Amino acid sequence: MSNKIADKKKGWRELPIGGMILDAGNSVEYDTGAWRTYCPVLDTEKCNRVCLQCWICCPDSSIIVKDGKFEGFDLMHCKGCGICAHECPAKAINMVEEKK
Amino acid sequence: MSTNTVAMTGNIAMANAMRQINPDVCPAYPITPSTEVMQQFASFVADGEVNTEMVAVESEHSAMSACIGASAAGGRVMTATSANGLALMWEMLYIAAGNRLPIIMTTVNRALAAPINIHCDHSDAMGARDSGWIQLWSENAQEAYDNLIQAVRISEVREVRLPVMVCLDGFIISHSIERMELLDDIQVRNFIGPFKQHYPLLDVDNPVTYGPLDLQDYYIEHKRQQAEAMQLAKPVILEIGREFGKNFGRSYGFFEEYKLKDAELVVVALGSSVGTVKTVVDNLRQQGIAAGVLKLRSFRPFPAKELSQALKSAKAIAVLDRSDSFGAYGGPLFSEVRSALFSLEAAPPTVDYIYGLGGRDFGLADVNRIFDDLQILAKTGKADQEVNYITVRE
Repeated sequence: MSNKIADKKKGWRELPIGGMILDAGNSVEYDTGAWRTYCPVLDTEKCNRVCLQCWICCPDSSIIVKDGKFEGFDLMHCKGCGICAHECPAKAINMVEEKK
Repeated sequence: MSTNTVAMTGNIAMANAMRQINPDVCPAYPITPSTEVMQQFASFVADGEVNTEMVAVESEHSAMSACIGASAAGGRVMTATSANGLALMWEMLYIAAGNRLPIIMTTVNRALAAPINIHCDHSDAMGARDSGWIQLWSENAQEAYDNLIQAVRISEVREVRLPVMVCLDGFIISHSIERMELLDDIQVRNFIGPFKQHYPLLDVDNPVTYGPLDLQDYYIEHKRQQAEAMQLAKPVILEIGREFGKNFGRSYGFFEEYKLKDAELVVVALGSSVGTVKTVVDNLRQQGIAAGVLKLRSFRPFPAKELSQALKSAKAIAVLDRSDSFGAYGGPLFSEVRSALFSLEAAPPTVDYIYGLGGRDFGLADVNRIFDDLQILAKTGKADQEVNYITVRE
């Protein structure tokens, strides 16, 4: 799995000193999805797209919502914790092991 | 040039340097023998002689933590400690250095417990030698005062940005009244100039993050930067030492060479004991013996090349260690000095004397004995015992 930040790693002479992060909000570039063991997969038959319990419960803001409706998972940032699957009242989310 | 000649203890001299520096924040927790520094400074705060925010904290760990927060926020920050207080700061010392914060600390050297002891040795600062702090050592109150003022400048240079501790011997310097010169307040303020933190946390328009998680993919790069900053501190220490001399008549380098140029028998030491060694060197010189001293001022960064060049023509060298590194081959100063000498084509025979732990007196007779040993070592070129303990009852 490619890592957006890993692809452009800088040497010690170029990095800000002391591990400081000088740009606010750049954690969005970090591919935390690479940490995932189980991937959420939607059962489109069961999901009504509007209850949004998954969106409320996701600790990583990885449920994409468009026009008030469930749109998909942000798999670059979803760590596969499975809270959405646990909370889904329709049992519409299955956690499937990532393929190697 | 100023002529404010005063009689002062080392601690009060340090408090006065702090008054003249007028730092923004001073978090502190008292511990003997450094207590008096912050006690006197607290009076200056109470009397309105400085604008400093004095923070009374509940431990030295908290003192250094508060220093880190205040420095990252954008303040010029100072504190003082000793011995077990420094040991309790240990975790935070690394964080101060790793975050590249120019914090200035007076370290009044004292033995570490156990057994409990409040008197001078160097085991506290030597325990912090790998923490990433610059260490400047002082022979007397004057040097401690001068070092503290220079430390502010050194630490704040953009390519350095490292914390600095100024070491002075507990009681021997901290509590002894000496004749010394104080600079004028305005001279100190002009010399140090205003502080500009490059990435202050309180600059809310330019938000930055200090101390984020730094794993396998970045940590070693940041440690490499720290190593480089220590090397970049070397010319800065020399330049500021020269500038201080030009302005105030007392110049400083990495070390002082006392009658070293043609010396055959050389002692290398830190701190107040050098004064005792100098007296013996003077006596030996009168007897025609080529004795000399190298007094190390900058232990971190360690000036390995310069030191080995200064010592290369010696016939025998004794390193004095006022702390032990249990289980190592000699004390910390010996290990580094001998390692530096190893790169010479013909390294002079070098031996170690661990002395004066817990404030044990170190007198002229002890130094004479060391020079007697060096005379033999210079002839034989080889010592039966390279690591020795003196000032100890057998």
